[in-house]
Amino acid sequence: MSGVPAARTLGAPLVFGLAFLGLWQLLVVALAIDPFIVPAPSAIAGQLLDHLDTVTAGALRTGANALVGLVVGAVIGVVGALLANAVPVLDSLAAPVVAALSVMPIVALAPVLYTMYGADVDTARQLVAALAVLIPIYVNTLRGLRQVRPVHRDLMRAYAATPRQQQLAVTLPTAAPYVFTGLRVASSLAVISALVAEYFGGPVGGLGKSITSAAASSNYPLAWAYVVGSILLGLAFYVVALALESGLTRHRRP
Amino acid sequence: MSSPAVHVAGLERVFPARRGPGVTALAGVDLDVAPGEFVSLIGPSGCGKSTLLRLIADLDTPTAGTLEVFGKTARQARRDQDYGIAFQQAGLLPWLTVTGNIELPLTLHKIGRRERQTKVAELLELIGLTDFAGSYPDQLSGGMQQRVAIARALAESPRLLLMDEPFGALDEMTRERMQNELVRICAETRAAVVFVTHSIPEAVFLSDRVVVMSPRPGRIVDVVDVALRPGERDEALREDATFFAGVARVREALHGTSVPSARGVEHR
Ligand SMILES: Nc1ncnc2c1ncn2[C@@H]1O[C@H](COP(=O)(O)OP(=O)(O)OP(=O)(O)O)[C@@H](O)[C@H]1O
Ligand SMILES: [Mg+2]
Repeated sequence: MSGVPAARTLGAPLVFGLAFLGLWQLLVVALAIDPFIVPAPSAIAGQLLDHLDTVTAGALRTGANALVGLVVGAVIGVVGALLANAVPVLDSLAAPVVAALSVMPIVALAPVLYTMYGADVDTARQLVAALAVLIPIYVNTLRGLRQVRPVHRDLMRAYAATPRQQQLAVTLPTAAPYVFTGLRVASSLAVISALVAEYFGGPVGGLGKSITSAAASSNYPLAWAYVVGSILLGLAFYVVALALESGLTRHRRP
Repeated sequence: MSSPAVHVAGLERVFPARRGPGVTALAGVDLDVAPGEFVSLIGPSGCGKSTLLRLIADLDTPTAGTLEVFGKTARQARRDQDYGIAFQQAGLLPWLTVTGNIELPLTLHKIGRRERQTKVAELLELIGLTDFAGSYPDQLSGGMQQRVAIARALAESPRLLLMDEPFGALDEMTRERMQNELVRICAETRAAVVFVTHSIPEAVFLSDRVVVMSPRPGRIVDVVDVALRPGERDEALREDATFFAGVARVREALHGTSVPSARGVEHR
């Protein structure tokens, strides 16, 4: 990305966002809307600054769970796709499971997982995140592994490359952009899943738990401050994944 | 006498179809290519030139007939890396630089770094892309990509070169320069070449023999002996009477087949 298009892609949403916040503030003040319906941006910002340490701590806790889930889910997804690509029987065996998992709301598993792993550890949350990212990464990787161009396959055969050499020289690099696309989609999913899983129990400290407890004690601006923290956390995951994707796969698509 | 570079007898390739008898891409093809000999395949689109080349390269298997490369099975010759190949599409790996693409066969065959660097520098010089050593394929024009693919085919100085319309995407100037270079390389390396082209003058300029093919089923209708002595293929030849005689004979052979089948051949 060069300077001018970057300024344009970032500038337009920034201007729009600021205008939106201004209008929001104006309406809340002008119409004297109660904070439990919707608090003013200034009130939320005030709470955010006052509780910056707990919001940061919550974001780190939830972010750590999301990251563990993302890494575990990505590793299993990629390895699973490699196996399914190498052994067609596995692929057809996995197909119904994949279909079932992809329509299932994974967070619905959270209460069950809490009872299985205990409500005083983060394991259930990490598992929910891992399960949520597993499918998009698996599906994308498998698709990527199947995009090898016939001319590249011929080339490897002409060089009498071993299966391992073919995998390293052609198959994996071909699949890489697809893996990164899967990772980008999965990154937001991991944060959402880890956060929502907190609504169903487990230890205190994460952003999800903080949102529910602030709302339960009628501190709506504070609840919203935690929501803002969640948005920033999700954004951070997405931006890192996007940077990885565009940085590492710049010349991949001919 | 040593075994021919390519020996083909009664070769047939039928692509089976879901319904019906299938497509006979090649039928009853007999061809011998001597070591160091330059043979061009010319003929209208769909006459099985690429199919024949793929069979020799063991990228496809014949349905009938004999096929030997340097006296071995095509499979063994491929395993022994007896040939270099350039496809109709450049087929570069988009995530590798020009250098990475040219040295790909050397890397796969575990040639040392020092040797690879020397070879790549030499080949870059040859294809005139020294300034683009670090560029990626998506930063090159189609013709430049094709030149990189040719350099890649030459990287291991093979005894047999299989080339499928390698100059098709090049402009006339580059094309003639690459033709001259190919003549020089072949003289130096004494490599045998099987060269697919749509251009009659190109075939005549480069070849010892021009194999004229016709489609449905793909077969050899004529073999034109160009019979130029080595060393005669220089710029002057392009203006020479022998050259024009050769062009005329190939053109006749092509038109001797049914007229519509001569379509798809460039008369330049
Ligand atoms: N994989 C395949 N499956 C089925 N039919 C094929 C296959 N490959 C080639 N053919 C058929 O075989 C015939 C010869 O094809 P081939 O690609 O060898 O022609 P060609 O002489 O190289 O043509 P061109 O000059 O256009 O490259 C064609 O009729 C084509 O349809
Ligand atoms: Mg062809």
